[in-house]
Amino acid sequence: MTGSSAAALLRPFDLLGGWAIWLVASLGRFGSFLVEALVAMVSPPFKFGAFVDRINFIGFRSLLIILLTGAFTGMVLGLQIFLTLSRFGSEAFLGPAVALSIIRELGPVLAALMVTGRAGSALTAEIGIMRITEQIDALTVMALSPMRYLVAPSIFAGILTFPLMTSIFDVIGIFGGYLVGVELLGLSPGTYFGEMQSFVDIGDVLLGFWKSISFGIIVTWVCTYKGFHVGHGAEGVARATTQAVVMSSVLILVWDYFLGTVLP
Amino acid sequence: MIKVEGLRKSFGGNAVLRGLDLEVPTGAITVIIGRSGGGKSVFLRHLIGLVRPDAGRILVDGVDVAQLGGRPLDDVRRRYGVVFQGGALFDSMTCGENVAFPLREKLRLPRAEITKRVDAALGQVGLEGVETKYPAEVSGGMRKRVAIARALVTEPEIVFFDEPTTGLDPVLVNTIHQLIADLHRRHRFTAVMVSHEIPEIFEIADLVGMLYEGRIVAIGPPAAIQASDNRIVRQFIRGEPEAAQ
Repeated sequence: MTGSSAAALLRPFDLLGGWAIWLVASLGRFGSFLVEALVAMVSPPFKFGAFVDRINFIGFRSLLIILLTGAFTGMVLGLQIFLTLSRFGSEAFLGPAVALSIIRELGPVLAALMVTGRAGSALTAEIGIMRITEQIDALTVMALSPMRYLVAPSIFAGILTFPLMTSIFDVIGIFGGYLVGVELLGLSPGTYFGEMQSFVDIGDVLLGFWKSISFGIIVTWVCTYKGFHVGHGAEGVARATTQAVVMSSVLILVWDYFLGTVLP
Repeated sequence: MIKVEGLRKSFGGNAVLRGLDLEVPTGAITVIIGRSGGGKSVFLRHLIGLVRPDAGRILVDGVDVAQLGGRPLDDVRRRYGVVFQGGALFDSMTCGENVAFPLREKLRLPRAEITKRVDAALGQVGLEGVETKYPAEVSGGMRKRVAIARALVTEPEIVFFDEPTTGLDPVLVNTIHQLIADLHRRHRFTAVMVSHEIPEIFEIADLVGMLYEGRIVAIGPPAAIQASDNRIVRQFIRGEPEAAQ
């Protein structure tokens, strides 16, 4: 076998090895980015102004979209579940069916996807523009940590606001189901809420709570990381923003399934 | 003194710096000239610790900053002021807040002292009254001056200028150069500037170094560089096409 034919044979292994090294290095950078941000989050000096700003940016400004999607999700669920249950003569279980669907799954997932679309993309674009206009370098050469000023406040705000957004989504969604099931389709209010109290327990609420906290970390982690490691120019920012939204959304769904299988 | 020894850096097989040696005297304005894309800004980013070299040493008062990281590197950076090519002003803050930022976050001065120093810094660069304007609301020349004010407000020992006049008209180029010269006379900081503003830069430089193919091929006082018989230097300062190839 000649040297050139051996090299050709080994070429796929060479490519595979190169890809594996790239993957491990990328995952390492991604992981160490979060560790660095968490260390900055729990060690002084704390940047309270930046924390408050990020809570406003990620949480408060997402309220309207959360209210809208929560209400219509609950209304759609109320309508579809009522029509399905009525085939079995089990309309009385509309309340728990809507509540469990929203509290355990749809509330955390849809709230996280909505906040990703509204705030996550903006977060990546904002940090990406700071990167390409050397504002992050300016912080670094002032001996000030960009992790402390830009990333840690965002992740902290994600941990704090995602459960709040989710709980607002849950309440509005359940109320949307009530509007359709009770006010429109004639189910009694007592049945809607009474059965809900019987079937929904604290474990369901806690599942939604843990999911929303983990989604808060995932979204802010991915979006700040993508902004930090943006490519060149406007095209680089646009690509990073798209990647951040897609990656966050996919991770939310994958992690949702994983938590759904390991948590009660 | 800053001393650079055998600095090498490649990006994906493209050698940008190929054993660069340089000595920057304390208290002087040293200007690095060279063609666009020749590695001047990459070299400056090494000096301020934003890029690590593949080989070589960057000694700041005897300490190799290329080997430092974390807190020790930050301790060296506290002695620095940097004026970036585009200004790098924080666009979410007003011009006044930009200048106040290092005083508040780096030096943690009381509010009254910060106000006093910001007013003085903006006054020195001829920008009284722009404190409440955002960077997007002022002209390119004013942004550069705010960036200079921000870099100098902490009274650093060493100031780095990355092509501070790029994109400005000839009048503003001279205005910014004179401003840098005036501020240098007042504060006596060590300045390292990369620029391709020929011949304006000879007016303010104490030392001029020509960067070509990753090395300093000539260095000396402005008069010596202008009279240099080095072919590369002559072609560059006369703007002859061969130098750009």
